[in-house]
Amino acid sequence: MEYSEPILLPGNPSCQGCPHGLGLKALGIGLDNPVIVIPAGCSTIIAGIHPKATINAPVLHVPFASAPAVASGIAAAFRREGKDRQVVVWMGDGGADIGFATISGAAVRNEDIIVIVSDNEAYMNTGIQSSGTTFWKAKTTTSPAGKKEERKDLAAIMLMHRIPYVATASVGYLPDFIDKLKRAKEVKGFRFIQLHSPCPPGWRFDSSKTVEMARMAVKCGAWILWEYDGEFRFSPASKPYKNKEKRKSLAEYMRAQGRFKGISDEEIAEIEKAIERQWKFLEAMEGL
Amino acid sequence: MRTIMTGNQAVAHAVKLSRTEVIAAYPITPQTVIVEKLAEMVDSGELDAEFIRVESEHSALAAVYGSAVAGKRSFTATSSHGLLYMYEMVWWVANARVPLVMTIVTRTIGPPWNIHTDHTDLLTMRDAGWIIAMAENVQEAFDLTIQGFRISEEVSLPFTAGMDAFQLSHTSEVVDIPAQQTVDEFLPERKQSYVFGDEAFTVGCIGPNAYTAKLRKETFETLREAESVIEKASREYEELTGRECGLFEEYRLDDAEYAVVMMGAWSGDAKEAIDMLREEGVPIGLLKLRYVRPMPYRKIQRALDGKNVLVVDRDCSMGAGGVLGIEIKASVGDCTNVIAGIGGVDVGVEEFRSMFRAFVDNKLVSCPNWWL
Repeated sequence: MEYSEPILLPGNPSCQGCPHGLGLKALGIGLDNPVIVIPAGCSTIIAGIHPKATINAPVLHVPFASAPAVASGIAAAFRREGKDRQVVVWMGDGGADIGFATISGAAVRNEDIIVIVSDNEAYMNTGIQSSGTTFWKAKTTTSPAGKKEERKDLAAIMLMHRIPYVATASVGYLPDFIDKLKRAKEVKGFRFIQLHSPCPPGWRFDSSKTVEMARMAVKCGAWILWEYDGEFRFSPASKPYKNKEKRKSLAEYMRAQGRFKGISDEEIAEIEKAIERQWKFLEAMEGL
Repeated sequence: MRTIMTGNQAVAHAVKLSRTEVIAAYPITPQTVIVEKLAEMVDSGELDAEFIRVESEHSALAAVYGSAVAGKRSFTATSSHGLLYMYEMVWWVANARVPLVMTIVTRTIGPPWNIHTDHTDLLTMRDAGWIIAMAENVQEAFDLTIQGFRISEEVSLPFTAGMDAFQLSHTSEVVDIPAQQTVDEFLPERKQSYVFGDEAFTVGCIGPNAYTAKLRKETFETLREAESVIEKASREYEELTGRECGLFEEYRLDDAEYAVVMMGAWSGDAKEAIDMLREEGVPIGLLKLRYVRPMPYRKIQRALDGKNVLVVDRDCSMGAGGVLGIEIKASVGDCTNVIAGIGGVDVGVEEFRSMFRAFVDNKLVSCPNWWL
C-alpha cells in the first residue's frame, strides 16, 4: 500500500479511538485528488478550527441537509472546466437522516459524486441521540430505555436507486474499504459507501477497542460487508458468515458495549433473528 | 430588439444573455416557467450550461452554491414556500460571500393556499446579506437580472430580484432585449473573491467567535457600500440601453408636498392615480423603491425631505407594521403606513386614487382591502 501525502493531518481534534479518523486516512489512500464536502457532524470539528485545518484537501463545510446537492453543483462546475477530480461527500448517519431526500435526489440524477456515510449509529456530535441506523435496542439519550425500532438498511435503500456503485465497509477492515474506494473511483456516476464506524464514547466501550468492535460486528454477522458494481457480492471478510454456524457470538459483541447494558438473552435472540433475516434478504440479491 | 414576453420568459432570456453556466431549480408556481424555459434552452443547445434538476428548493440553492463557489456563474429561482424551504441556504450563501443570482416571483405564504402576489416572501430575505431588488414591470425584471450578475460579482454577495406573481410573471409586455454583444460589454467575465476546488483550503470551518463577528461586520459594510456599485452599474447600463435602473425612481416627486412610497408591479397603477390627482391639483408624487437592500436611507431622506409620506406595503411584519413602513420611518422619522394587497387582493388605479386622496385629506381609514 502506497502512502502519498496523508489526507488527515496529525493533531486533529477527534476523540481518542475515533473511527472517522481511520476512515478519513483510508479515504486519502483510496482516492486521488478528492474534493471533500462535509455537512454538520463530528467531522466538522475533526476538520479543525480556524486558522488551523487538519484535512489536506479542498474542504467545503455545508449545512446539514445540503451536502449531496452542493456536491452536485461542484461536479457540474468541474464538468464545465473538464476538471477530473473526485467530489466526495463525507457525512454521518445524522446527515443521512436529515438529508435523506438530498442523497436520494442526487442518486436519482446519477450525479458524478461519491457519498460516504461514516455510520456510528447515532447522532454523536450532539451527544448520542438515536438515528435511523441506531442499532435495535441500543440506549441513546433520546432512547434511554433502548431503541424500540429496528435500524433501517441505508445501503440497500441506495441500491434500490439503481445507481452504478454501492458498498458497505468497516473501519475494522480498512484494506477492504480502500479497495472499494479504488473501484468506486473508476466508476462514473453516483457511488455510495456506508462505512461502519463504532464510536467509543457513543457506544460506551474503551477507546482502544474501535477496530476490535468493528471486527466483532462483522464476525457476529451484525454488520455485513458487500459490494455492488453491476452485480452483487459479499465481500471476503463477510463471506464466511453466510454460514450461520460460523458466526461469532452476538451476545459477546453486544455485551461489550455499554449502550446495551441490561439487555436480556431473549432480546438478543430476537435481534439474532433479525440479523438472519437480513442475511437472507442480501443472499437473495446475489446473482441477480 | 423589441418583442413581447412574459416576466418569466424575459428573466430566462436575461439568464441566457448573462452566459450563466449552471442552473438548478425546483418548480413552484408562479416561478416554474423560468426554469422550464431555461431547461428547454439547455436541452436544445441554445444555452451552453448545466441544468441540475434538484429534488427540493433547499437543494436548488445548495447546488448553485456548489457551482458558484467552484467558480461558475449560477442561477436559481423560486417563490414563497420554496424560498422558505431553502431559507437555511439563503443565509449560508450570503455568509459565505458567494455571488449568484436568484429570482423571486413574489407569492403570498399559506395557509390558506394561495398562489397570488404579495411581497412578504421576498422581504424575509431582508436581514440575510443579499442585495434585494424589486421590479415594476417585465423590462425591469429583465434589466435587473443582468445587472444582478454584475453587482453580485463585484461585491461578492448574492443578488435577488423580485417580480410580482402573475402580474409580471405571466403577463406579456413589450420588452427591449439587447444584443448579446451589448450584454457582454456590460457584464465582464465572472470574478469572485475565492474559487473552491483547486487548492487544499477549507471554507466554512469552525472559527473563534471574534472571527464570525469580523466577517459579519465586513458583509454589513460591503452591503452598505453596494449602493455606489449599484449606481455605477445602473449608469453604465443606461449608457448602453437607454434605461435607468438605479436605487429608486422619483415620479413627479420634486415639487410634491405629499409622497407615496411603494415597490413592485402595482407602482404602475399608483403612477396613474397620481397623474389623476395632479390633474385635480393635488401636489403628490411617488418614490418607487427598486432596492430594499442596501436601503439608501440618506438618499431617501433627501428625496422625501419636508413631504407628508404615505408608505404602501404589500407585506406585513406581524405585530409591527409594513416592512417598508418600518424602513421608511427609520429614514424620515414619521410616515403613514398602509398594508394592502395581501394575498393578491387587487388594488387598482381607482382604489389608489381614493386611498391617496383620503391620505391628503387626512381621512385615511382601514377598509376591507387595506388596513393602517
